Amino acid sequence: MSDKSVMKSGSNLERVLTSGHFAVTCECGPPKGADVEHLQKKIELIRGCVDAANVTDNQTAVVRMSSIAAGAIMVRSGVEPVMQMVTRDRNRIAAQSDIFGAYALGIRNMLCLTGDHQIFGNHPMAKNVFDLDSIQLLDVVRTIRDKGTVNCGDPVEGGIRMFLGAAANPFADPFEFRVIRLAKKIRAGADFIQTQCIYDMGRFREFMKMACDMGLDGQCYILAGLTPLKSAGMAAYMNKNVSGISVPDEIINRIRGVPKGNQAEEGINILLEQIGQVREIRGVAGVHIMAIEWEERIREITERAGFLPRP
Amino acid sequence: MIVADPKPFGQVKGYLENFERILIVGCGACTTVCLAGGEAEVRLLASGMRIAFGRDGQSKTILEDCVQRQCDVEFVLPVLSRVDNEKIDAVVTIACGVGVNFLADRLGKTPVFPGLNTTFYGAGMEPGLWAEMCAGCGECMTALTGGICPVARCSKHLLNGPCGGSEKGKCEVDPANIDCVWQLIYDRLKRLGRLDDLQNIIAPKDWRTAADGGVRRTIREHLYKLR
Ligand code: SF4
Ligand code: SF4
Repeated sequence: MSDKSVMKSGSNLERVLTSGHFAVTCECGPPKGADVEHLQKKIELIRGCVDAANVTDNQTAVVRMSSIAAGAIMVRSGVEPVMQMVTRDRNRIAAQSDIFGAYALGIRNMLCLTGDHQIFGNHPMAKNVFDLDSIQLLDVVRTIRDKGTVNCGDPVEGGIRMFLGAAANPFADPFEFRVIRLAKKIRAGADFIQTQCIYDMGRFREFMKMACDMGLDGQCYILAGLTPLKSAGMAAYMNKNVSGISVPDEIINRIRGVPKGNQAEEGINILLEQIGQVREIRGVAGVHIMAIEWEERIREITERAGFLPRP
Repeated sequence: MIVADPKPFGQVKGYLENFERILIVGCGACTTVCLAGGEAEVRLLASGMRIAFGRDGQSKTILEDCVQRQCDVEFVLPVLSRVDNEKIDAVVTIACGVGVNFLADRLGKTPVFPGLNTTFYGAGMEPGLWAEMCAGCGECMTALTGGICPVARCSKHLLNGPCGGSEKGKCEVDPANIDCVWQLIYDRLKRLGRLDDLQNIIAPKDWRTAADGGVRRTIREHLYKLR
């Protein structure tokens, strides 16, 4: 981000962010199989609403179409993907090979993640890899991109251009370490950050203040992660069962306070308020809307938030 | 020490259906300490087998033995001669997996079966509780982490700090039973006044020294050359 005139990837997301626009990304989960039609439908639902959409990589360790293949299908359809890549399932050999493949298929953004432990998925009996962690993966891709060498030092035949992202979770512990970890990710090569979904706005503000005090907002673009709650049940479930996420009682009670049929509406109202709030926070360069299996509401959400048309 | 758990009784019994003269061998080292494979456990397993096969109307000869260490040739030699002399036709060992292999390599035509599931290198935390501490990676990096091992004790072997699932000191994989080792490392480095160390990016590990580099052996030149 130091030199904004030189594009690292030429991706749309990079263009939007470097030109100072407030970026909007969302999520587009690949099917649990080879159902391309289903994926195409999701792509149509978000077309024109976002600057890029994350393609998850076997999210929560449930087997799905690979993020490379789904990302390539998105490229073909003219909607820009952010390919997620987790280190859970591939060692440094497979990771680097996959990155070359993804680039060759037109993918220009990637998000480097460690990944959910397989115990949460549908193959808890699988052997995991974790040869690299997310920070090491960032550094590996950055080295390929900027130095033209793979991890062992061998030169690459034909370089890659990639806009590099990472995740940050301001709500996990130890809290004071979260900003240090963010700084490490930036030093390892993160050009942009998408945060875990934010419900505790107070803690997020505190996190962003620490990040800005360290000057991190000037070193990478931070997109605030938001997930609309579909029901009081979902809010309570996420609060209780998803580690690293806490939904304040205030929000749970607010959704619980409206009739079942209107809870989804209330969830979207809350999301729109949250979008308004994060836009006011110093250092926030965009939002990442993770509407889990709710792509059909992305158009309405982005419309009502005043994000359309996209730059 | 090496920690192991008894295999389900029925599984071990299943191995032995077709044998008549069976020797159960314990180990006086790690598996004695973790109460899985010492003299007492040999006696227990042997009498269990006698009763269970008796109920099935099968009269088998179940013999017992326990050596000081099943991972050293001098202690294992007497077992080998016993197998020969007493016409043993199957051996069950309740040493760790090292004992199983060490016997199998030396037992000629006599089959050897494991009576335990070997689990990890760990320490006794309190009576009856053992926990994993080291994964034998061959390049100890704990000088960087306050002496606490992320390779063995982080569920994802992360080397650069806690994942997003660390909450209130617990690991997302099993918050009731697993501490997040990165919380432990953080707290320890804080106590040591070394929190700044956490800003360093630790490079990908060279796994050649671990099992990934192929089967390992160690030579102490001064001893080995004497042979
Ligand atoms: S770093 Fe390696 S050798 Fe050291 S304690 Fe951990 S697994 Fe064992
Ligand atoms: S919660 Fe802690 S111990 Fe568990 S995988 Fe994450 S960093 Fe490792």
